[in-house]
Amino acid sequence: MDELLAFRQEVRAWLEAYCPPEMRVPMAGDDEITWGGRNMAFKFEAQRTWLARMAEKGWTVPEWPVEYGGGGLTREQAKVLRQEMASLGCRVPLQSFGIWMLGPALLKYGSEEQKREHLPPIARGEIRWCQGYSEPNAGSDLASLQTRAEDRGDHFVVNGQKVWTSYADKADWIFCLVRTDPTASKHTGISFVLFDMATPGVSTRPITLISGKSPFCETFFDDVRVEKRNLVGELNGGWTIAKYLLTHERDMIGAMGEVAAPPRLGQFAVQAIGLDASGKLDEPVLRTDIARFEIDEVAFRLLLERSGDLARQGKVHPAFSSVLKFYGAELNKRRYELLMAAGGSTALEWEGERSHGGEVAREWLRAKANSIEGGTSEVQLNVISKRILGLPGA
Amino acid sequence: MALVLNQEQDMLRESALQFMKERAPVSQLRALRDKRSDDGFARETWASFAEMGFTGALVPEEFGGLGLGAVEAGAIMEAIGRNLTAVPFFSTAVLGASLLARHGSAAQKERCLAAIAGGELLVALAVDESAKHRPEKVALRADQDGGGYVLRGEKVFVVDGHVADRLIVSARTGEGVTLFLVDGAAAGVRRERSILVDAHNAARIVFDGVRVDPDAVIGEPGQGAALLEGVFDIGRTALAAELLGIAEEAFERTVGYLKERRQFGQIIGEFQALQHRASTLYTDIEITRALVLGAQQALDAGAPNAAALVSAAKARAGTTATTAVQEGVQMHGGIGMTDEFEIGFFMKRARVVEELLGDARFHADRWARLSAY
Repeated sequence: MDELLAFRQEVRAWLEAYCPPEMRVPMAGDDEITWGGRNMAFKFEAQRTWLARMAEKGWTVPEWPVEYGGGGLTREQAKVLRQEMASLGCRVPLQSFGIWMLGPALLKYGSEEQKREHLPPIARGEIRWCQGYSEPNAGSDLASLQTRAEDRGDHFVVNGQKVWTSYADKADWIFCLVRTDPTASKHTGISFVLFDMATPGVSTRPITLISGKSPFCETFFDDVRVEKRNLVGELNGGWTIAKYLLTHERDMIGAMGEVAAPPRLGQFAVQAIGLDASGKLDEPVLRTDIARFEIDEVAFRLLLERSGDLARQGKVHPAFSSVLKFYGAELNKRRYELLMAAGGSTALEWEGERSHGGEVAREWLRAKANSIEGGTSEVQLNVISKRILGLPGA
Repeated sequence: MALVLNQEQDMLRESALQFMKERAPVSQLRALRDKRSDDGFARETWASFAEMGFTGALVPEEFGGLGLGAVEAGAIMEAIGRNLTAVPFFSTAVLGASLLARHGSAAQKERCLAAIAGGELLVALAVDESAKHRPEKVALRADQDGGGYVLRGEKVFVVDGHVADRLIVSARTGEGVTLFLVDGAAAGVRRERSILVDAHNAARIVFDGVRVDPDAVIGEPGQGAALLEGVFDIGRTALAAELLGIAEEAFERTVGYLKERRQFGQIIGEFQALQHRASTLYTDIEITRALVLGAQQALDAGAPNAAALVSAAKARAGTTATTAVQEGVQMHGGIGMTDEFEIGFFMKRARVVEELLGDARFHADRWARLSAY
């Protein structure tokens, strides 16, 4: 315990000394996120400095082993680091699918050579990755994917199409599920491969969403050459990795519990609507809706904390991430419906300075994808029914 | 602190669950109802509660209790909820013991606490005067008279008021609301037992010029509302745990039924319409469990947000239990509507516990007030 306290003091002193003041204020918008990659355009010099300093400590990926660019911290130490960063208001130095998804997959399933080649550039923010999972005919039913990789001796040739590839147009490399055995049953003929997005035959097209933004792309592969050393895990064993990553993706919501809580909806409503003479929100029915939402929100935050504590004791059901994904997604959609109601006509503005370019309305629309991406709410309920409740035939 | 039970708490929970299941299951409640028991609970079960130490869970050790907290009381209440055990645990061992242990005079503690822990003294809290929980609305008066007080007025929904040896009564005095410890058999106390929908018991009590000595005051005159607030929160957390127990048991029985009932040539649990409702309910129960434990821990730690979390827990547990019992009856179909089958007992009990010390609407409102909106 004393060691952890000493570590906390050390972390705090270091953050106070080395986190630039510009990196200690909330981001003004999504364009200030540091995603890294070959084409990273830093908005401020401080952003670059902060990334470089944190990467040198290995604290962009605090729990990864030191030899792969990580900080080698224990779970408890990493939690302390996150808490201290949150309490000083330090921005996350680097966000990426490499950190969240590919890294954990390579650490578990990658060869030593793959780890040494790919993990350090992720940790330093030099290579930005995207995820090639969904296809036009493989959404919730991901395992029916059709993108093919043909064995040509020393390499594969990949043909097909992915969709909902987040930031494919900005990514340097892709981790991709491909069908390597078309004759096998749908779960057993899939492999997990890595390739450079600059390889001839790869093209992307951004998809404009109802929010007016384009975070996702369609991605096309036309005779793309992929070296065999870029196969992760066993040939035709990709579904195991895909499932691991899906669980990991659902667990990522879990980390939200430890970062700063989002602003309270009730206080937002007070700003927008005001109080009546008795000190209550001047919209009595909305007030009740908000109170009930906030109660569910605090309950969900406690559930995240509890499931983390149970996981540390090895007592959490392996499918429990579906519970978190389902409830978290539905809760966030409710939050934005209530934000829109509290904002009234001001929340409807789509353009202009006053609304930061329609930020609330666009976020409201963005949130609708929460219960679709990473497995729809209906799929999560199927998983809970079958794996946790043991109901038949689900 | 980790949001999980520690080893001792887990053992207490297990032993409480096993005890209620073996010694005080739903069939006992049914038998008490059917024979129109005067007490509405089994005295021998209460004696066993004392032997197990449950009655003294919240009584300090110096008075022969276990000196435990909200988490442990919650473990016992959850087991009570799962088995619909009819005992005066909530009235006496939770509300009565907490209020007297925290605010009673030395003499009041001496007279009551060891007897509560020993299972020999029953206490009831008489605060509500209207159909909804509005503890600040106190019309019952206590007028000073010859050094003592005279109580005049009426209380309703006094849980276990029909059998209580002592009543803790909120009354209006010149200073504000004041609490009095009154003998249940005192002259002028008229008790009318209310047999409730859930076959548990409460009473309407008329105080018709009841004379009490000045040392009947609990705490200081005028402090009553403030003292009650803290004790209510202990009670509300306990009720949230009971509601959690009700929800869990109703849910498990329902899922069990979904796995065995056949219609249209298949197990009804194969129908996705039912699967999704069951999974949603499972999720509701899990967030409720985390919230209830969070509120218990906050209360035991004296955390500044404890009151808000208590209201959140009571509100959410009420909503979850209400959903669980309704889905329980619906998914059992026709058999769920029969008195012979037990699922309906859970529906009835949930309705009563939802109403005790404020329903989900009361607590959503309190949450908003505590959050300054």
